Amino acid sequence: MPDMFQDAHSDDFKNNLPQRKQRGKLGQTLFLISTVVGIIALLALLYNITNEMFGLVAVQYQTDPATLSDRPLSELSQPELVTILEENISRGLFRRYDREAPIAERSREDLLALIDERVVGSQIVAAYPAIDSIIDRAAIEAEVAEKYPEARVEWKSWLNPDFVASPMSSTPLFAGVRTALLGSLWMISITILVAVPIGVGAAIYLEEYASHESMINKVIQANINNLAGVPSIIYGMLGLAIFVRALEPITSGAAFGIAGNNGRTLLSAALTMALLILPIIIISAQEAIRAVPRSLRLASYGIGATKWQTIRSHVLPVAFPSILTGIILAISRAIGETAPLILVGASTYIVTDPNGPFSNFTALPIQIYNWTSQPQAEFRNLAAAAIIVLLTVLLSMNAIAVYLRNRFQRQL
Amino acid sequence: MESELQKAGKDQKLMEREVAVGKERVDTPVRDVTTSFKAPRRWGETIIQGLLFLCGIVSIFTTVGIVYVLGHESWLFFGKPDVSIFEFLTGTVWQPSIGLFGIMSLVNSTLLTSAIAMLVAIPLGLGAAIYLSEYADQRIRKVLKPVLEILAGVPTVVYGYFALTFMTPILRGLFGKDTVEIYNVASAGIVMGIMIIPLVSSLSEDALSSVPRGLREASYGLGATKLETALQVILPAALSGIIAAIILAVSRAIGETMIVAIAAGAGPKPAFFLNPFQAAETMTGHIARISGGDLSYNTVQYNSIFAIGMTLFVITLLLNVLSRRIVARFREEYE
Repeated sequence: MPDMFQDAHSDDFKNNLPQRKQRGKLGQTLFLISTVVGIIALLALLYNITNEMFGLVAVQYQTDPATLSDRPLSELSQPELVTILEENISRGLFRRYDREAPIAERSREDLLALIDERVVGSQIVAAYPAIDSIIDRAAIEAEVAEKYPEARVEWKSWLNPDFVASPMSSTPLFAGVRTALLGSLWMISITILVAVPIGVGAAIYLEEYASHESMINKVIQANINNLAGVPSIIYGMLGLAIFVRALEPITSGAAFGIAGNNGRTLLSAALTMALLILPIIIISAQEAIRAVPRSLRLASYGIGATKWQTIRSHVLPVAFPSILTGIILAISRAIGETAPLILVGASTYIVTDPNGPFSNFTALPIQIYNWTSQPQAEFRNLAAAAIIVLLTVLLSMNAIAVYLRNRFQRQL
Repeated sequence: MESELQKAGKDQKLMEREVAVGKERVDTPVRDVTTSFKAPRRWGETIIQGLLFLCGIVSIFTTVGIVYVLGHESWLFFGKPDVSIFEFLTGTVWQPSIGLFGIMSLVNSTLLTSAIAMLVAIPLGLGAAIYLSEYADQRIRKVLKPVLEILAGVPTVVYGYFALTFMTPILRGLFGKDTVEIYNVASAGIVMGIMIIPLVSSLSEDALSSVPRGLREASYGLGATKLETALQVILPAALSGIIAAIILAVSRAIGETMIVAIAAGAGPKPAFFLNPFQAAETMTGHIARISGGDLSYNTVQYNSIFAIGMTLFVITLLLNVLSRRIVARFREEYE
C-alpha cells in the first residue's frame, strides 16, 4: 500500500485496481461495523435491563391468607385487620409499629401491606428473567413445583407503582425506591441552586469582564479546564474531608439548631455535586455567551447602556437557550453520578423520607449500586427496575431541555 | 419712546440677568447645565463585577481544596509509623489489615482494566469517527451520532450493572466458568471501553473533519480510493488530535469508578498479573469499597484512601494536561 502512487503507469496499476477497490469496500464495512457496535451495545443494555425487569417469580407464604379469615383479606374492614395483625405478630413488634404510627389509626392499605409483610410473609424464593419466562414457562413451573412445592408461580413486573411509592425494605418483594428517588430530587434541587448561579456568574465574568491576557484569568481558565477532567471520586474525597468533616457544624445543621445529625447530609452531597458540575456549566455557558454576536453588545453600549445592563438585557437572553442546555446536561451528569455519593456517605438503608437539606439520605444510583452488589438474584431485578426509574428521570430532564430550548428560541 | 426705554430697560435687565447667570455658572457650575462626558461611578456595576469575579474564583478554591485535602491526608498517612513513601510506591501488596500498603497491585489492576478498555474503545471509536466523518452522508450521520452520544450519557452505575449481569455471563459462557471468575477484570474493561467509545469517536471526528478539504481532493485527484485517503492522508493529518482524544480516554478509564467497583471484584492480588479473567481491585474500586463501609476517621485506612486519591489525581492531571498541550499544538497547524 505505501507505494501505491509509484507505479501508476505500469500494468500493476490496472491489475491491483479491483483489489484496492475491494479493500476500500472492506474498510468501509469495518468502519460501519464499529459504529454499529456502539448502538448494538446500547440495545443490549436496554434488552438486559428489560429482561431483568419482568419475569416469573415463585412466591411462597409463611402463613396461608385463607387461614387468617374466612373472607379474602382485601374485603375485611379496618378494625378486623387490626385484630388479625394483633393476633398474629409478637407483642414487641406490634408495639414497635404502634410507636411508629398508632396502628388503630392506620389506613386499610397500610395495614394490608403490614399483614402481607409480617403475617402472610410472602417471600420470593426464585425469580426468572423475562425471556426465559415467556419461552419456557412450563419448565419453570415444573422446576418450582419440584423445588418449592408450596410456592406459586406468578408473573411480576418489578417496576410498578408500589415500587416507586414504597420505601427501602430488606425483603425484595416490598422494597421500593421512594426514599432514594426523593433523596436524588432533593439533592439535585440544592445542587442547582448552588451550581447554576455560580457557574453562569463565572462564565459571564470570564467572557465579558476578564481581559483574556491577564494572569489571574488565564489561571482561572486553565484551572476550569483541568477540573473538568478530574475523576468524580476525587470530588467525593474533597466533599468527605471538607463538607462532611471540616464543615460538619454547618452541613449537619448543628449551627442552625438542628441536632442529632452527622455531616453526611443532603447538603454535603449537594455541595459536592455542585463543585463537580461547576466546570461543565462554566464551559458550556462560556461557549453560549461567546456565540452572542458582538454587534448586539456594541449597539447596547451605543445607546448608553452600562456593561451589566448590556449583559442582563441583551447578552443573557440571547445566550439563554444554550446556557440552559449546558445546565441540564450538567444536571443529568449529577443525577447519575455515584462515586462521590459513596464517599460523602449516602447511606443505603434509609426508610424515612428526606425532609430538608440536613437529613441523612440515600439516592437512586446508590440504591442501584447497593442492589447490584447483593448476591441474591431478586435484588438484580430490583436494580433493573431502579435503573429504569433513573433513566426515566434522565430522559425527562433531557426532554424538558429540548422543550425549553425550542420555546425560548422561538420567542427570540 | 417710553416703551422703547422700557424695552431697553428690559433688555438691560435681561442682560444683567444673563451676566448674573454667567457669573453664577463660573462661580458654581450647575450640574444639569453642563454635560460631563465622564460616566459617573456606578457602585452597582462594581459590586456586580466583584460578585462575578468571586464566582470565577470558586473554581480556584476547588482546586486548592482538592490539593490541600489530598496532600494533608496523604501527609498524615505517610507520617504513620508503619508506612513509608518508598514502600507505598514500590510495594506490591495492598493489605491494610496487616499493614502492607504497596500501591503497585492497585495500579496494576487499574492499568489492566484501562488497557482492556482501550483495546475496545480505540479501534471502535476511531472506526466510528472515520465512518461518520468520511463515509456517512448527512442523513445517516444525523441519526447515528446522537445514538452514539446516548452511550456517553448513561450513568456509570448502569454500565456496572450491565457488566455484571450481561458481559460476565457471556464471557463465562465463552471461556468456561472455571477460567472466568464471577468478578473479573475483562468484563469491567470491555464495558468501560464501550462507555468510552463516544468520547474517542466524537473528539477524533472533530480532529478528522478539521483536516482541510484540499488534502482530500488532492488525494482523490491522484487516484486514491476513499479508504486510502482516509487511512494514509486524513488520519496522519489528524493524528495529533486523535492522540489527544486517546490520552483523554485513558485518563477517563483510569478514573472510572463504578464499573470496576461493581464488576471487577475485590481482594488482595499480587502485582504484575495479566490474567484478565481474575478478580482484581483497582485504585478507584478500592477507594469505593473501603469508604462504602463504616470508615472511621483518622485511621490508617482512612488516610490511605487519600494517598491513593493523590496518586490518581496526579496521573489523571498529567494525562489531561498532556492531551491539552497536544491539542493546542495541533490547532496552531491548521488555523
